[in-house]
Amino acid sequence: MPSITFIHPDSRAESVDAKDGDSAMYTALLHGIDGIVGECGGGAVCATCHVYVDGDWMGKLSPVGDDEDELLEGVAAERLPNSRLSCQIKITPELDGLVLRLPERQV
Amino acid sequence: MTTTGTVHSATEAAGAQGVNGGAHLRIPGLDVDPFAISFFEDPHPTHEVLREAGPVVHLDKWNVYAVARYAEVHAVLNDPQTFCSSRGVGLSDFAKEKPWRPPSLILEADPPAHTRTRAVLNKVLSPAVMKQIRDRFAAAAEAKVDELLAKGSFDAVTDLAEAYPLSVFPDAVGLKQEGREHLLPYAGLVFNAFGPPNELRQNAIERSAPHQAYVQEQCQRDNLAPGGFGACIHARVDSGDITAAEAPMLVRSLLSAGIDTTVNGLGAAIYCLARYPEEFARLRSDPSLARNAFEEAVRYESPVQTFFRTTTKDVEISGYHVGEGEKILMFLGAANRDPRRWVDPERYDITRKTSGHVGFGSGIHMCVGQLVARLEGEVMLAALSRKVASIQITGEVKRRFNNTLRGLDSLPITLTPA
Repeated sequence: MPSITFIHPDSRAESVDAKDGDSAMYTALLHGIDGIVGECGGGAVCATCHVYVDGDWMGKLSPVGDDEDELLEGVAAERLPNSRLSCQIKITPELDGLVLRLPERQV
Repeated sequence: MTTTGTVHSATEAAGAQGVNGGAHLRIPGLDVDPFAISFFEDPHPTHEVLREAGPVVHLDKWNVYAVARYAEVHAVLNDPQTFCSSRGVGLSDFAKEKPWRPPSLILEADPPAHTRTRAVLNKVLSPAVMKQIRDRFAAAAEAKVDELLAKGSFDAVTDLAEAYPLSVFPDAVGLKQEGREHLLPYAGLVFNAFGPPNELRQNAIERSAPHQAYVQEQCQRDNLAPGGFGACIHARVDSGDITAAEAPMLVRSLLSAGIDTTVNGLGAAIYCLARYPEEFARLRSDPSLARNAFEEAVRYESPVQTFFRTTTKDVEISGYHVGEGEKILMFLGAANRDPRRWVDPERYDITRKTSGHVGFGSGIHMCVGQLVARLEGEVMLAALSRKVASIQITGEVKRRFNNTLRGLDSLPITLTPA
């Protein structure tokens, strides 16, 4: 199982096992990671599962879609070049070790 | 009819049979009318009967299948190819009956037609747009709470749950001042019309003409103020996303589903906080919980109780067979209190992790105005949490009856200032 690490704004890290095909958002909710809200349950509507992708991982993810790009304009914390919506990050074996940093706020 | 109904085996005539582990299992038939006043009074015991009877049940009274457990409700919502919306999301099957109004281009549509119209409303009601209207909505909530505190005692349904959305949403859409009194009756009509041909539905449709005329008129481009949601929808005609004929229909969706839903959502939240003062105390100690306190009220009370889908083919639901062209009733309220999914589901807990509740639906048809609803709920509860020490129910709580919406007709309360 691929492992994902979420790093909180206070630098606290939590590593969890993720299932192939699940989204990073769903994985976070399943493991009770605070800091991912996911109000719309993964429907790409709410922009409350914002993450900053760590290091070189951004290049290994599928590109940001148009809808996601617009939603990222509405995130509560600052949008950075490595901002993604975790509901749009689909877990694959290649993403084993993925590190996602959580923003200060989601709403 | 008893409030809890009786379970028996559905007849062959209903075509209700299933295969489970090799054995043929009949879908249980229930003598329950989920659109009866006696049911609306207290749906929860019957919800439990529906959940416990099986993953799929048959409601003999209206000859429909129904799902009340979270897993099946969620699954039906998230399989729009099998469980379509274009044949109507009420009991009436548009393939067999003429719809009471021209079908919605978004609610009562399937992909690919739905994909295009949904994208337009998603953009008009996006998180970025919410950022723009947030301060205005918050200031109006503050002012409303100040006004209500000065009053002290009032009806939380009319003076708060209705008054606040009516003070912000029609302006945000860009509606004219005149005629806004039609908005709540129109919405009540729309949500009653999803139900079966009972008295609620018939009465609503009989009285619908003036409300329909008002709404149709307000949806036209010339009647919508620049910068509002309505004008933004019409602007999508210029960019080629929708046709000039489609734009008024999409504005109609906002007027159908944008007000009564938030009225009942806010009403649910106030009712929860009034009944559970310890939760209001937690909210007061941390007003940042306001948004989740609203969300939890939507889970707990499920202001939108039900929607239907229609099967597009023979299908197995959790091992039970349902034929093509059958209506499936989804009990959102029952799913939101399914103990298979929720710990302590009967508890209103403002710190609960609410993600995944189906109070706004789920999947491609999930409430397109959910961000507006949450914004209204959050800023109102935040204002209450800062300015109010206690909320006390001071009179008889009366329920309002609607085939789809669950909410109150009257909630007399007294606010004590903080």
